[in-house]
Amino acid sequence: MAKHHVTTTINGETVEFLCDTKQSLLDVLRNQLYMTGTKEGCATGDCGACTVNMDGTIVCSCLVLGVEAEGKSIQTIEGMAKGSELHPLQQKFLEHAALQCGICTPGVLVAAKALLERNPDPTEEEVRYWLAGNLCRCTGYNKIVEAVLDAARVMRGASNA
Amino acid sequence: MTTGVRYETPATVQEAAVLMAQFQATARILAGGTDLLVQMRSGRQNPGVIVNVKHIDEMMTIREESDRFIVGAAMPCMKVINHPGFSRAFPGVVDGANLIGSVQVRGRATMGGNLCNASPAADSVPAVIAAGGIAIVQGPQGSRRVAVEDIPVGPGKTSLAPGELLVAFEFAKLAQRTGTAYLRFTPRTEMDIAVVGAGVRITLDQEGVCTDAKVCLGAVAEKAIVVPEAAQALVGTRVDEAALENLAKAASAAARPITDKRGTKEFRIKLAGVIARRAALKALARAKEQQ
Amino acid sequence: MLKKTEEPVKDLKVVGTRPIRPDGVPKVTGHAQYGADYYLPGMLWGKILRSPHAHARIRSIDTSKAQALPGVKAVMVGSDLPEQKFDYLGPDRVQVNFWHMTRNIMAREKALYVGHAVAAVAATTPEIAAEAIKLIEVDYEVLPHVIDVDEAMAEDAPLLFEDMITRGVNPSPTKPSNIARRAEFKIGDVEAGFAQADEIVEMSFKTSPVHQGYIEPHACLARFGADGQCEIWSSSQGHFMVRGYTAKILGIPVNNLVVHPAEIGGGFGGKTVVYVEPIAATLSRKSGLPVKIVMTREEVFLATGPTAGSSMTVRMGVKRDGKIVAADGVFKFQAGAFPGSPVMNGCMCAFSVYDLENARAVGYDVVSNRPKSAAYRAPGSPIVAFAVESVVDELARRIGMDPLELRLRNAVKVGSPTIWGPKHGHGGFRETIEALMNHPEYKKPLGPNQGRGVASGFWFNGAGESAVTIHVGEDGSVSIASGSMDVGGSRASMAIMAAETLGIPYEKVRSTVANTASIGYNHVTGGSRVTYATGMAVVQACERIIEDLRTRAAMMWDVNVDDVIWEDGCAKPANPSVGDFKPLTLAEIAAKRAVTGGPIAAEVAINAGGQAPGFSTQFCDVEVDPETGAVKILRFVAAQDVGRAIHPSYVEGQIQGGVTQGIGWALNETYVYNSKGEMENAGFLDYRMPVASDLPMIEAVIVEVPNPNHPYGVKGAGEVNIVPVTAAVANAIRSATGVRLTSLPMSPPVVLQALESESASV
Repeated sequence: MAKHHVTTTINGETVEFLCDTKQSLLDVLRNQLYMTGTKEGCATGDCGACTVNMDGTIVCSCLVLGVEAEGKSIQTIEGMAKGSELHPLQQKFLEHAALQCGICTPGVLVAAKALLERNPDPTEEEVRYWLAGNLCRCTGYNKIVEAVLDAARVMRGASNA
Repeated sequence: MTTGVRYETPATVQEAAVLMAQFQATARILAGGTDLLVQMRSGRQNPGVIVNVKHIDEMMTIREESDRFIVGAAMPCMKVINHPGFSRAFPGVVDGANLIGSVQVRGRATMGGNLCNASPAADSVPAVIAAGGIAIVQGPQGSRRVAVEDIPVGPGKTSLAPGELLVAFEFAKLAQRTGTAYLRFTPRTEMDIAVVGAGVRITLDQEGVCTDAKVCLGAVAEKAIVVPEAAQALVGTRVDEAALENLAKAASAAARPITDKRGTKEFRIKLAGVIARRAALKALARAKEQQ
Repeated sequence: MLKKTEEPVKDLKVVGTRPIRPDGVPKVTGHAQYGADYYLPGMLWGKILRSPHAHARIRSIDTSKAQALPGVKAVMVGSDLPEQKFDYLGPDRVQVNFWHMTRNIMAREKALYVGHAVAAVAATTPEIAAEAIKLIEVDYEVLPHVIDVDEAMAEDAPLLFEDMITRGVNPSPTKPSNIARRAEFKIGDVEAGFAQADEIVEMSFKTSPVHQGYIEPHACLARFGADGQCEIWSSSQGHFMVRGYTAKILGIPVNNLVVHPAEIGGGFGGKTVVYVEPIAATLSRKSGLPVKIVMTREEVFLATGPTAGSSMTVRMGVKRDGKIVAADGVFKFQAGAFPGSPVMNGCMCAFSVYDLENARAVGYDVVSNRPKSAAYRAPGSPIVAFAVESVVDELARRIGMDPLELRLRNAVKVGSPTIWGPKHGHGGFRETIEALMNHPEYKKPLGPNQGRGVASGFWFNGAGESAVTIHVGEDGSVSIASGSMDVGGSRASMAIMAAETLGIPYEKVRSTVANTASIGYNHVTGGSRVTYATGMAVVQACERIIEDLRTRAAMMWDVNVDDVIWEDGCAKPANPSVGDFKPLTLAEIAAKRAVTGGPIAAEVAINAGGQAPGFSTQFCDVEVDPETGAVKILRFVAAQDVGRAIHPSYVEGQIQGGVTQGIGWALNETYVYNSKGEMENAGFLDYRMPVASDLPMIEAVIVEVPNPNHPYGVKGAGEVNIVPVTAAVANAIRSATGVRLTSLPMSPPVVLQALESESASV
């Protein structure tokens, strides 16, 4: 059986690829497009390391088939910075030491960005519940939450300017 | 060999039903994929044909009519949760849908998939049942309406005939002073499969006396079970401590769980009463809010 | 959060600040490359066939059908690796036996756990590789299995090794057993000690094995050339360890193998050994192509070392005035399929925070049919601390003393004895207790169903071999390369220490990790040793560079080198009488390097010693739901003596991370086995690690009692924070409910059952 020819948009760019029915979007991103910023932690949707934003909704890319990307608009961690200008979340993660090994970081950043787009002024509890699908084993989540709240503050300030 | 799985994207329910009837045992519906992809990876499912139903409009939208909501079975939970009209009218269903997995999982998972995957612990199922959900099922022969509690028959098994698919849920709008709620017990605050779940609907009259109730338990039997005795414990009462105690006893008595890696039989029986009671209190509070 | 308990040794400009780490931008933009992120043209995908049986003799393996599958380029079994001599090598506590190691990497005579690697293939796609392993036919003779440590020690237990005679017992036993080793430590006379006690508490405990839970599965890429030279890209806690172990397992000289350090997605001790590298290298050798292996999450749980499960009994005696007079512990640890649990560490750490004349610890290292245990954050110490700190809590209750007060009365200090011989050389424990006694939340009242628990812990901390090089570039900028894998920000700490020593801004220093061909041997990143030992090497290298720069400046000024000082990043005349010379910057000296001696570089390779142990004291507030047994952590405060916090944010991060792992260990993490010895919860759904909504903010209290043996006073910070956590939580549950839980995890059904038995017996 022939592979599927998929045309999709990734980080604003049109991308085409071939894939088998059973390949996940995560497999395609990493092993065909070499976009290795999105990570595999479990492949069962339980850790969030593979989080991408698809048509405005965050999803686990291990639970999406590659072929489903047809016609969709996908945002990955690689699209978060604008050239050399980091997103405030990325900047705050660095300032707050919100990463140690960094493997969960891309998934957390993509998820946090979606939260702040929807709720620019979340409480600590709202941040924690939103990020419950992103496992981190290094930080205990403390500095992640602090960084997200601080980035939110900065983004609210910038939008008021 | 490795590229042998066929992928279909029907545009209508009829096309989908024809495909399901044609390929029967080897076809699987792809709605959110949050169960299917995991099971394909583990080898538990090995479909020859995957039927992606997300291009079918009526399965992907919520329609509000004067006396009911029709909720497409393949809508991602996040869209159901964020629908202002539906979430206002059926907060108990939203409770359930809002507990499936994580935000990322809810971006894809669907109530239809949750029901048809037929895990006894599915979170939206007791919530939908308690709210009086009706399943709209389409087969090649036509469509039928089934109480949602009659869809699951056992772990991984539904009463759907070969070729049938679940198209939508119909929720008749609730009477005044009706509250719905779903609660569950999990060891962590999020991300776990329910050890016990309880969906409750309570209707009060103008004096605050319960005139109607429905209680549905999840994860304590081979499927979600409706417990009429627990509902009866509330009807005619003001849903006071004594009534709730009776509800809890009835819930524990009805529970027939197994011991598995997520909970022992004894623990589940005990928790059935505790969680049913807490869900009832939440439903009661919502019913009173409308007064 | 920073609390200085002693004055700093000098006025520090960079140490103690919180700059951005050098590997930060690649990690927040998704460009950093971890073990699974490397690709080479022509690369094959490796896949491992694993035993479905917990215990079985392997009668034969037929790989012919797999070999014949189109796309399969190489197949291997255990006998493709050379045999290793049976010998226990290295320091007692952390012995290695390559006869065992090669069999753990791939089975030979027997499969010893579900998930034990028995064969592997390399193919052109992952799908073909997955198909191919299904075609390998293994003839197993299934044997009875045993998993629990007490059951494995029983008379009639199935034996993993029919010839295993317990080491450390004199005279040697005549019958084989699953007990690989018995160890005993003692000081004084415990019975005499107990005779003086007013109160004696003895309790028995059982703990479940737990996995380190790193989010990144093991992965590597290997390219083995026809000339016998091999390159490996892998994420590990020590690429020299990867090189050394892989070379030994393959039977090749160490310098034929170059290991490139990928970024690592968490290790916590679990990546101080190899699993996939020797397999990928062998498949690459056989196929002539690069081979990549990435474990699935299920494979990580089935086949990589968690820490040991345990069965323990601890007895301690105290006088009414609070003096602990005797302590006695028996610690049985589950090593998994091959010997090597951290039970000796456990014996040594168990009572190490208490100044005791009379103590004894007996440990048993017991094999059973599950994956071989691997190091997990202060290996052994958190396990024994659960038992000891619970008993100490009961002692405090018996004599009506505040638990911090009891610890203070018995706190070790410089000169206190240890159970294994040497006297304590460093303080710091007392200060962690005092930090909590003075903490505003410690006295805060609690509500119904709430309780507060206290616990303390000890960890040796490591030092050992580190090599670094420092180069001053042609433009005066500074590059440091070390061989220490960076698991949590050490590149930043190295740059901080270098900048401080050289007197230049942090931004002028770049810090990298070099591959095994480019730098001297470095011991693994573990044992909380890197900031200490590699940092020491960095400082020494900077001091050599400074010597060199002074010499060159002296040449440039034509004066004596003794007349040149280094200050604020410049060479300066020692006093005005030397001459009217303007300060020379690094850039200016570098510009003249060709005529002053050539490239400006220094390498330092040391075997560091003189490290100080880690001490931590913690308190935890919980709320227990009496109807469900669910435990909610309301507050967690952890005080730890780190000597000096080089980068306080990353020190806080270590404390918060270790506490969180301990909370998961305390409440929910466990291995669930069915009757066939298969793990039923081999995934993140049912192996329940804490998620963000499970936790409050964890407060890290940094205590600094500098270690004079390190130029900046550093004590290792990474590990001791996990040691007290399970006991702190258990003691808090005791306080909240009156119920003493003695097994881990303290999951809701366990708590609820205990609450109900308690009320039933009242």
